[in-house]
Amino acid sequence: MSKIDPLVLAGAKSKGKRPYFLDTDVERLTNIVLVLAQELAVVRERTDTLERLLEQSGVLTRQEIETFTPTKQQADERGAWTQEYLARVFRVLQQEREALQAQEASSEEVADELAKV
Amino acid sequence: MSSLVSDKPKAQPARPYDGPPDYRVVGQHGMYPQLSHDEISRFNFLAHMNRHLSTQIMPGVKEAFDARVEPKFIATQGRGFKDRHEVRKALLKDPMFQWWSALRRATMETRQQAGRWVTLRQADHLNAKAKALTEHDQRLKLNPDLPLPRYVEAIDHHCMPGSYHTELAEGDVTGPCNYDIGIFATTGGMLGRYNDGGGQAIAAWVKEALPDLKPKRILDIGAGLGHNVVPIAQAFPEAEVVAVDVGAPMLRYGLARAKTMGVENITFVQGDVSDLSDLADESFDMIHSCMFLHETSYASMPKIFAETHRLLKPGGIVFHVEQPQYTPEMPLFEQAMRDWDAFYNNEPFWTKMHEVDLDSWMVAAGFAPDKLIHGGVAAVVDPDVFPQAAQDTKQEDYGRKAAWHVVGAVK
Repeated sequence: MSKIDPLVLAGAKSKGKRPYFLDTDVERLTNIVLVLAQELAVVRERTDTLERLLEQSGVLTRQEIETFTPTKQQADERGAWTQEYLARVFRVLQQEREALQAQEASSEEVADELAKV
Repeated sequence: MSSLVSDKPKAQPARPYDGPPDYRVVGQHGMYPQLSHDEISRFNFLAHMNRHLSTQIMPGVKEAFDARVEPKFIATQGRGFKDRHEVRKALLKDPMFQWWSALRRATMETRQQAGRWVTLRQADHLNAKAKALTEHDQRLKLNPDLPLPRYVEAIDHHCMPGSYHTELAEGDVTGPCNYDIGIFATTGGMLGRYNDGGGQAIAAWVKEALPDLKPKRILDIGAGLGHNVVPIAQAFPEAEVVAVDVGAPMLRYGLARAKTMGVENITFVQGDVSDLSDLADESFDMIHSCMFLHETSYASMPKIFAETHRLLKPGGIVFHVEQPQYTPEMPLFEQAMRDWDAFYNNEPFWTKMHEVDLDSWMVAAGFAPDKLIHGGVAAVVDPDVFPQAAQDTKQEDYGRKAAWHVVGAVK
């Protein structure tokens, strides 16, 4: 078995100091977003392949996909999935809101408090 | 019968398609790794990303330069730009240049990761295949004791982790394999099926410019994985071709790759091209390099030119294919943009090499001034499938366009 671990080595840094063009945090985030955009394109292309193969083998037509209208039940299920999805994605903002309403001590402060004899 | 909604609607493109072809048009030689649907999609995305950057975003850099960068510089300094470095430093403060640069760098790093994933996950298989194809083959001449030139050791060129020389395992070829499979993405598909648009252009140029040249021995210096020397070897099947590079993985992969393409007349030699003393004086009819000089140094260039002079037979031809030199006629903005790869894509010598007068360096190495050659070539690709650089006037991808200058000499 090879000692080469692609998970670690695929993303290895090239030798040479990396330039940054933007605020470094913004640029780090830009790099992350670019890869997410890439992976979205990967999924999109896979779906496209799937649709074409299904159409080719007579399982469905893409016209059926384009004109698909969910039933009330199906639409509610899909809507619920989207709600859950957005709640996951924007968790941090939800918690920011909750924090506005709360007067809370930090863990450091609580630790100090709990250490008082 | 006419109907507004037909049963089988044809997809109506919103505009004529002018993007890169699907990755699957890339030629599958015998050293090609297995690529999954997702891995191919990544290269498709990256080819599009590079094309989008060069055609849709980069023009904005020039617009921003004209609209605010240059006027601001003149307003604050009371004068125009002195040189390309002043231009670049002014551009670095402009958001359009910053965002284009950040995305271009990110795209290059993402491309490396995408390709390395493909080759590293099947490293054992690829390395075994290369071993089977090259073991005991006299056309692979490695020299494990060869010191690495500083210009290779100092930095990983074009952000390629491990550069041309690193071996992650014995007999490793994953580096060159990654380089090979990702060129499509980096160039947006501009170099053709086997990434050989440059080599094909050279072969066509030689045959047109020097119809009487029937080279018996050809030397390619800085050959890398040989993607440009293969079409030359194919164009001159009677010739004995020698391809030199410092990177053992490149040479190993290069021989294996060439053999699976049915090309048997290339010997891959590990060597530093500033000292090829193992090769006899006046033993080559044709010597060339393709996009190589910009990865060397001022210290090695005179030695390289002197070696080519020594190795060339009288009447033989030497030439170097590169992006155009920075001349006073080239606008400073263009020079600054062409310097991008030097400073931000790990090609440091690019900026220095492009500012010298190559003619005088050739003359200093012994070539007669009246025997110098100048020309221009553009990538030769299958036009049914690939975009053609020569016809492509919309895409000026400063320094990355698949069209080059030729500087050379007849001895």
